[in-house]
Amino acid sequence: MDIAIQTVDLSKHFGDLKAVDRLHLTVNAGEMFGLVGPDGSGKTTIIRMLCGILAPTSGSAHVLGFDSVKQPELAKKEIGYLSQRFSLYGDLSIDENIEFFAEINKVYDFKKQRDELLEFTRLTPFRDRLAENLSGGMKQKLALACTLIHTPRIIFLDEPTTGVDPVSRRDFWKILQSLLKTGITIVMSTPYLDEAERCSRVAMMNKGQLMTVDTPEDLKKTMKREVLEIVCDRVREGFQLLKPHPLVKEVQAFGDRLNVMVENSSKDTQVIKAMLKTKGIEITSLRVISPSLENVFISLLTKEKQSEVAA
Amino acid sequence: MSSVQGDNAIEVDDLTKMFGKFTAVDRVSFSVKRGEIFGFLGANGAGKSTTIRMLIGLLQPTSGTAKVGGFDINTQTDDVKLHIGYMSQRFSLYDDLTVEQNIRFYGGVYGLKNSRLEDRMQWVLKMADLKGRESSLTKTLSGGWKQRLALGCAILHEPKIVFLDEPTGGVDPISRRNFWELINQLSADGITVLVTTHFLDEAEYCNSIIMINAGKLIAHGSPSQLKHEHIKNPILEVKSSNVVEALEVVRVQPWSLETSVFGTGLHVMVKDEAEGKRKIVETLSQNGITVKTIERIVPSLEDVFLYLLEHDAPTRD
Repeated sequence: MDIAIQTVDLSKHFGDLKAVDRLHLTVNAGEMFGLVGPDGSGKTTIIRMLCGILAPTSGSAHVLGFDSVKQPELAKKEIGYLSQRFSLYGDLSIDENIEFFAEINKVYDFKKQRDELLEFTRLTPFRDRLAENLSGGMKQKLALACTLIHTPRIIFLDEPTTGVDPVSRRDFWKILQSLLKTGITIVMSTPYLDEAERCSRVAMMNKGQLMTVDTPEDLKKTMKREVLEIVCDRVREGFQLLKPHPLVKEVQAFGDRLNVMVENSSKDTQVIKAMLKTKGIEITSLRVISPSLENVFISLLTKEKQSEVAA
Repeated sequence: MSSVQGDNAIEVDDLTKMFGKFTAVDRVSFSVKRGEIFGFLGANGAGKSTTIRMLIGLLQPTSGTAKVGGFDINTQTDDVKLHIGYMSQRFSLYDDLTVEQNIRFYGGVYGLKNSRLEDRMQWVLKMADLKGRESSLTKTLSGGWKQRLALGCAILHEPKIVFLDEPTGGVDPISRRNFWELINQLSADGITVLVTTHFLDEAEYCNSIIMINAGKLIAHGSPSQLKHEHIKNPILEVKSSNVVEALEVVRVQPWSLETSVFGTGLHVMVKDEAEGKRKIVETLSQNGITVKTIERIVPSLEDVFLYLLEHDAPTRD
């Protein structure tokens, strides 16, 4: 498999703050790679260094074989970057916005590519509309089209779905999925773990450090835990009852069910069921599901906190 | 005190709001049980905020009525405002005031004085885990702390009903989870919580949910009811040797109703489970793709919401 991005010991300090701390990361060509973590975990700083906009404090990064410190201009031609504060020109039409981005990227023969991108993002019927009159979801698609006008081989999307409603979000994902078949590499950051489930591999970040990186499937397997999804009545009582029990590694109370994390569902299910039964809590259904990426993330953070306390 | 109206904290009857010829909210009716966590879901522009603004007494309905905590939103607007708490997505805190100053400011807004104000202040500091940070400037707090402080300020006057408008934006996963545990605690204490969110995974925390689109109510039920009653077509999760190619192959088949990629898995909606499984395996193997596993999954609330929008949702004229 070809490597699209490789970083070695990549760090960025702002004064005393280690925004990115000795990052080793490999992104394969053609994958949808997710950088996930809360605000302040270093996602944007990493993307800026990879795009050659921000110089690292130490370490190195190669993007498509180019050294992003020594040869940032060479890499930039092949890179598309959709920043969080992406700005469109409100008083220009969709067509004119794309033309503008083509010009600053020195793409002079852009009309065919523009037509294709508008088709692809289903913006063709609106091409003469001023950007300021577009909905949030349409603005986001236009921004993506602008990012793609110079046919980059790799794109960086920094929290592209923040503030976007569920309908536009799913639409956006469909577009990204069909982009992948052109062989493009996509690196996206997101604070939402349910969204990270859609990536082929996920890097989990916290306070500038990489906690782990793998496919969503393997991240869940390494937890060696299972989740019992119990649809029942009196959820809150059930929650209070199960929370302190040693078999219960974690419990979440949802609107009409409990998610109970255990080490071994075949052994532990009967015990949990019996406990709920003694309190007269009625179980409508029970099934074993795999942990979510949120479960994985929280268990990693909890471990880190415990080792901080121990140290 | 407010008049008692059975088990319902909120009753909404044929509520309508028009702006000129535009119907923002179109004859919406629902009720919220006391102590319930009630989710209010919809895309941008669906009419969520307009409905909430009417319920908290900031906007007069064009027609229809609602009772909030027993008070009529048309005729008892001031009583409604006094008896509810409201937390907005921007948290409405003063960044250049300290934690304590923010609490005192909201105490003043709600007319709390002396020992009651001191008691409630201590309660908020404890609830929000902010003891020892009373004199920190609010802008120096992390997102999770700000969020809990904002919640504390919204319920300083011990309202029986709280409205939370997109309360968890920009907050890390652990704070988000702690926040929902707090909300659950409030609900256990008998407080009714009405929450709007864009994140359908979060709606799982609600006891009841309504989904609205184009100003109209399109679904109402518990998370499990919504998942089992609305989508009759099975959704299959397919793990294969190449998910990108599998999507391209399956997407164009007449029997595949909806496709979507989740990591290394492909979700396919089909008409019939057995037939769908057979066709997927057959079609993929003809294209040189090996199927590793294929199984039926329970749809997510996002699946349900998007399905309703595409299939039987009303459109706004």
